Amino acid sequence: MANKAYQRTYTQLQAITKATVSLKAQNVANDELATVNGKLAQVVKTKGDLVTLQVFSGTEGIPTNAEVSFRCAPPTIKVSEQLSGRFFNAYGEPIDGGPEVEGEVREIGGPSVNPYKRRQPSQLIPTGIAGIDLNNTLVSGQKIPFFADPDQPYNQVMADVALRADVDKIILGGMGLSNDDYLYFRHTFEAEGALDKIVCFINTTEEPPVERLLVPDMALTAAEYFAVDKNEKVLVLLTDMTLYADALSIVSNRMDQIPSKDSMPGSLYSDLAKIYEKAVQLPAGGSITIIAVTTLNDGDITHAIPDNTGYITEGQLFLRYDSDSGKVIVDPFRSLSRLKQLVQGKKTREDHSQVMNAGVRLYADAQNAKTKLENGFDLSDYDLRCLDYAKEYATRILSIDVNIKIDEMLDTAWELFARHFSPAETGIKQSLIDKYWKEQEA
Amino acid sequence: MNTQGKVTGIVSNLVTVKVEGPVAENELCFINLNGTDLLAEVIKVTGDKASVQVFESTRGLKNGDSVTFLGRMLEATLGPGLLSSVYDGLQNNLATMEGVFLKRGEYTDPLDHDVLWDFTPLAKAGDKVIAASWLGEVKEGWLPHKIMVPFSFKGEYTVKSVKPSGQYNIDTVIAVLTSDAGEDVEVTMVQRWPVKVAIGGYKEKPRPQKLMETGVRVIDTFNPIAEGGTGFIPGPFGCGKTVLQHAIAKQGEADVIVMAACGERANEVVEIFSEFPELIDPHTGRHLMERTTIICNTSNMPVAAREASVYTAMTICEYYRAMGLRCLLLADSTSRWAQALREMSNRMEELPGQDAFPVDLSSIISNFYSRAGMVVLNNGKTGAVTFIGTVSPAGGNLKEPVTESTKKAARCFYALEQSRADQKRYPAVNPIESYSKYLEYPEIARYLESVFGEGWVNKVLQAKNYIRRGREMAEQINILGDDGVPMSYHETFWKSELIDFAFLQQDAFDQIDALCPIERQKYMLDFILSICAHEFSFTDYEVCRDYFKQVINYLRQMNYTEFESGKFNEYRAQIDKLLSENGK
Repeated sequence: MANKAYQRTYTQLQAITKATVSLKAQNVANDELATVNGKLAQVVKTKGDLVTLQVFSGTEGIPTNAEVSFRCAPPTIKVSEQLSGRFFNAYGEPIDGGPEVEGEVREIGGPSVNPYKRRQPSQLIPTGIAGIDLNNTLVSGQKIPFFADPDQPYNQVMADVALRADVDKIILGGMGLSNDDYLYFRHTFEAEGALDKIVCFINTTEEPPVERLLVPDMALTAAEYFAVDKNEKVLVLLTDMTLYADALSIVSNRMDQIPSKDSMPGSLYSDLAKIYEKAVQLPAGGSITIIAVTTLNDGDITHAIPDNTGYITEGQLFLRYDSDSGKVIVDPFRSLSRLKQLVQGKKTREDHSQVMNAGVRLYADAQNAKTKLENGFDLSDYDLRCLDYAKEYATRILSIDVNIKIDEMLDTAWELFARHFSPAETGIKQSLIDKYWKEQEA
Repeated sequence: MNTQGKVTGIVSNLVTVKVEGPVAENELCFINLNGTDLLAEVIKVTGDKASVQVFESTRGLKNGDSVTFLGRMLEATLGPGLLSSVYDGLQNNLATMEGVFLKRGEYTDPLDHDVLWDFTPLAKAGDKVIAASWLGEVKEGWLPHKIMVPFSFKGEYTVKSVKPSGQYNIDTVIAVLTSDAGEDVEVTMVQRWPVKVAIGGYKEKPRPQKLMETGVRVIDTFNPIAEGGTGFIPGPFGCGKTVLQHAIAKQGEADVIVMAACGERANEVVEIFSEFPELIDPHTGRHLMERTTIICNTSNMPVAAREASVYTAMTICEYYRAMGLRCLLLADSTSRWAQALREMSNRMEELPGQDAFPVDLSSIISNFYSRAGMVVLNNGKTGAVTFIGTVSPAGGNLKEPVTESTKKAARCFYALEQSRADQKRYPAVNPIESYSKYLEYPEIARYLESVFGEGWVNKVLQAKNYIRRGREMAEQINILGDDGVPMSYHETFWKSELIDFAFLQQDAFDQIDALCPIERQKYMLDFILSICAHEFSFTDYEVCRDYFKQVINYLRQMNYTEFESGKFNEYRAQIDKLLSENGK
């Protein structure tokens, strides 16, 4: 596009903040990359001949006479089959000791898919976790985050989901990942022999926060290569999007932008949507599914980050520690997959949605009974049966360590219903009761 | 000669241009980026610097790049073929774009210039006409699409000639008009209108007088919206905003539906594309898509075009209203539109109002809502634009600027409630907090009584009162325990549950229950109120609960069966039997 032979170098900075530098320069393009004393930076603002650059690794040690040279191109990544099995940093440079990837150069953060050319998502993604498959079924082309407190095992669950999901490629975008978690992902993928279908872009907590801003676009540009060019089913894992949003607020703050709710930039919704909306079912069969993690502050979902995320994504998954069963469970009340009705009963057994609803409703009745008990009221026979049911339901269905096929989940649910309730108490359609009800031996 | 300019500053999609000549507020311009023209709109002028918002990504743009001003504002192209189309916020036809990805600087024609339309003249030579007068009509689907004197024409014209009946494309000159000054002007089937200006050309805008039926009980009966009325649906995510809006779009009694997907999920729009062509309009028996236009600017599409999308949608509605048609505009979600305003205001470094929104947010919103309404056209016929917007309040908290500003502008308020959604009581419209100001309009009350019968409004208020008292009783029971309150508390509580389960709740995914016609709503409310008026005698609260649960179950079965069918009457007989066994 631009003339590459001519590299412009400047050596006089006008202003330096923690994340940005400003200088006088000519013929600079918006979004163009530059290096400031060797550190990668990107043009975020021009005003007359004053150019502001966001320095990804921070401006520590940058002097006013730093050498700034412009690269005449926005951030890019080289895409080819060679990406498979590789680990990269936020700039797309290998961190696994392997060679540079050769391939076609693509700009990251490119245009979006024409909504008219999309297809309705319709393929089931089984994970083996009943709290997900039975109650919150995932569909290819969906975007869904885990809303989790920092102490919950969301990265482990995500790794399990990724390895069990029937997909062609798994692309991990790690933002502010602790080194331990990074190694956990790496070892898990290696141990499962899944390395050939994995691509990772990793920014750890040891690295500067602003670098994280590149990670989702890197991961999704690679995903688009596999989904659009190769018609593959791609699963993208993004962890942790809260740290990504924090990096956004750092940059906007340094640029003196007026913050909106929770000191987040006013454009937070659009910034997050640009990432999540890359999830797509393409007409030629390829798809991008996004499973993300948004860590919460003490379960607060009204904070700007989870709140905006909830309006963008197609549901959310909550993890919770259940004291009755002593297990971490997928919370059946607050979790939601908005696309589940596209596959339930269509790609799964006919009784799926009725069993799911009945199971959750009875579990809710058990919660009411529990409240009654706590408030010192007497429990009826029904209440007591609900409590027994709830304990078993949490252990055998909701717990994240369950790994069974969907038909088994349904059979387990029928078994629990029959043990604790009469057919009428489940409220399930008579025709399904006739077919699936399991009489218990007394 | 158009005004030229040069780029002098860039922050994201806000570009500063040094202009050499006159520019107008809201004027459009093309910014040339290596041969690609990026469309932008002037939003502020200071001295010789114009701030323009670019409707595309500005990646790669440089200071010094050339800008050409177009001498016009953002316009909608209006003519036959708008219905069943899918546009982006700037009215580019998304269906005719090539490739899977949206390309920067690709603009497609909103209307098909090759299709031939069956034209019938309505005016004849010698007729005196003014802007918006009907000259002829074509059949668009089953709708009579009027070809009108362009809205931009000023003063009176005399028709010189009109094309005879026949098949023509939209560019054919179908009439020649002579102005007062004796000049001849040609009129085709297409006209253009700036989207941010309301279309006039009608005689008066009276208060709304009729109900717009939606088939949703909690709206039509409890909080009715008028034809030409305004309403809004605020709610946290996951409360069923979109499902409710789609239900209204599917069932709303209107000739034309325009859906503006403004900064929302692309997959939701895909759902409309894939489902609407299969669905049948319950009022006419025709395919829903034939009466629907979709303006789609999903959340990942350029922010500035998001703001334009709601205006484009409103302009299309006003155009059909001028034909004497009833239009319904649904915008999901107006909060995203407000956020687009906030992003721009922020980049222009304006002093912020509450939550960093621009200070004139409230006036922008009320100005937009005021474009809805019922009108009497110059020929005495009426047309209407009914507008329902959704609001996505941050954190589900209704005390935020967009909800508060909208509350001042809209006349109906459908508050979606998290706790109702958690209990799967859909639609999760809070029956107490929600309101319709139209219930207080004497002309609407008269209309309702003419449709539903004498004393209707009182019945509705009575039902609301049962709900309110039921809520109070529920609190008492929670505090004092089941045994700690008199039996009448339980009875009152269960009466409100009965209204909730059998009337307020409605299954949007059930073939029969999804759409409840007016007749049926009247029947059910009358029946339910008669149950509530029944004098029961219970000795035990558990008996009372089981009794009402039974009644509720039969009422729900009635909702799921065809109106006044054998099964339906059987369920009713079961309830009558239960009633005869207890009290009087």
